[in-house]
Amino acid sequence: MTAIPASGERVRTRLPGRRPLTILGERALEILIRLSGFSAIFFVLAIFFFVFREAAPVLFTSEFDPKEFLFSTQWYPTSERNVRYGTWALTFGSVAVTALAMVIAVPFGLGAAIYISEFSGKKQKEILKIVIELLAAIPSVVWGFIGLTVMSKLIVTLTGAPVGVNLLNGGIILALMSIPIIVSIGEDALKAVPDSYREAAEALGATKLQMIRRVLLPAARNGLLAAVLLGVGRAVGETMAVLMATGHAVQIPHGPLDSVRTLTANIAAELGEAAAGSPHYRVLFLTGVLLFCITFAVNLTADMAIRGLRRK
Amino acid sequence: MAASTEKTIVVDDLRLAYSTREVIHGISFDVGRNEIFAIIGPAQSGKTSLLRCLNRTIDFVADASMTGTVLFEGEDVRRTRDVFALRRKIGMVAPLPVGLPLSIYDNVAFAPRCAGMHDREELDGLVERCLRQAALWDEVKDRLNSLGTALSGGQQQRLTIARALSHQPDVLCLDEFSIAIDPVTTMRIEDVLKELSREITIVLVTNLVQQARRLAKRTMFMWKGEIVELGVTEVVFSDEPADRRTYDYVHGIFG
Ligand SMILES: Nc1ncnc2c1ncn2[C@@H]1O[C@H](COP(=O)(O)OP(=O)(O)OP(=O)(O)O)[C@@H](O)[C@H]1O
Ligand SMILES: [Mg+2]
Repeated sequence: MTAIPASGERVRTRLPGRRPLTILGERALEILIRLSGFSAIFFVLAIFFFVFREAAPVLFTSEFDPKEFLFSTQWYPTSERNVRYGTWALTFGSVAVTALAMVIAVPFGLGAAIYISEFSGKKQKEILKIVIELLAAIPSVVWGFIGLTVMSKLIVTLTGAPVGVNLLNGGIILALMSIPIIVSIGEDALKAVPDSYREAAEALGATKLQMIRRVLLPAARNGLLAAVLLGVGRAVGETMAVLMATGHAVQIPHGPLDSVRTLTANIAAELGEAAAGSPHYRVLFLTGVLLFCITFAVNLTADMAIRGLRRK
Repeated sequence: MAASTEKTIVVDDLRLAYSTREVIHGISFDVGRNEIFAIIGPAQSGKTSLLRCLNRTIDFVADASMTGTVLFEGEDVRRTRDVFALRRKIGMVAPLPVGLPLSIYDNVAFAPRCAGMHDREELDGLVERCLRQAALWDEVKDRLNSLGTALSGGQQQRLTIARALSHQPDVLCLDEFSIAIDPVTTMRIEDVLKELSREITIVLVTNLVQQARRLAKRTMFMWKGEIVELGVTEVVFSDEPADRRTYDYVHGIFG
């Protein structure tokens, strides 16, 4: 109590002024940070531009018909007499495989995330997280390999389908590939919910399940939605594994046991054999633009969904 | 039931330790039915910890260990079959309000819904009554669907009071409920508490000694995890309490 000076006199310490060099340094740092922020926009635009530049010339040729490109299921890029570039079956294949994958991956992934964050003990949590990270580290070609051999045989024996590489196979493989992402991002989202919410809910007599359903999930919904959409992104963009697991047949599937081909697998398989600059080559790039638009639409929807939720 | 005559809560030789450090050193007291029971004492004396033992929210602290017995209506709270029901019977208002990330309405309707009440009309009535009792209704009645966490600090605190009333507890524990509430509103809530004490038991931890004096029939003075004095409020606040330290604390010359 002795340090307080008598009333009237005030202790003043002079703060040293900031040196010009420090100010300059801070400016430079700020500019640098801003640049790296804008570079993201730049790269996206640049990539879009280059892909589109490769594709653009074919748009103005007589053999290209935009309606056919989008809505026809006829994909005969190397036909001698009647070349047709219809990507509808491919788009449908991509969407169908992704949807099937998500039907499997979302419940499992979110369930695992909830289990890890809310129910597992400390040690178990560590182990589970390590295993799931391992799962995420498996290269996609290895997944494709598993689809081609193990899964395909399993499907044939269990369902009696003539071929084991099909929509179901691709969907399961993609689900297994997306689950680690959904789990780890989802778990982060749940971990970010303050413990005080959990305690407040349980202090009001909520059971653990009631707490999870009524408080935890609503509080973490944005993060969980992001987790699911990253999983979707992974599934839509995946190429190697679906190329090997889906059977690569251009057709609209009538059931999960039909083979399909996706946009990505199609590009990967055909770009090597298409002569650079040929219409086939350019249409493949246009397929890339289409893929780009699809993922963009998914992200945009997600963004609006999140914003809508937030406003609520 | 035999125990239902007088005492709602009977605490016997309660000890509480966080890991190895004991912070409540074997205290015994009881709280009568429909009484307002005040607990006063300087910081760190174990008041909050004591309250958390009553409805077992102490379970949330992993390294806390509790010995002794706490009987609620004659039943040992540590042996209770349904801890969730126990927590609804012994409601708690924490000093720092934690609004659940839900709308104002859903915050208040949370506990009743967890207990299985889903009838919309019934819920509406209950929510309104609880918000009125917490002196919050007039301020929020037009925006029941906006987020509870968007209220001001004092409003959030009153929201937690409304929430604690929503599950119609037999015992209401209030832990420094008025730290963020202005004096006028505090008085309104105090009147509600007096009203409520005709039907329920209230355990009031407060730093405002005058609040204890205004409300409580009996007051307990805790210090460093022990009971210094427990008696009729008039005596505790008189010029001759049983313990000298009580006098000093109540008159603000403690230390
Ligand atoms: N979760 C915890 N983990 C470890 N120690 C704790 C925990 N909570 C409280 N304590 C300790 O227990 C002792 C009693 O704390 P408690 O919060 O019960 O006191 P209080 O009387 O409520 O104080 P205040 O008037 O400041 O609220 C303190 O020494 C505190 O450091
Ligand atoms: Mg306290």
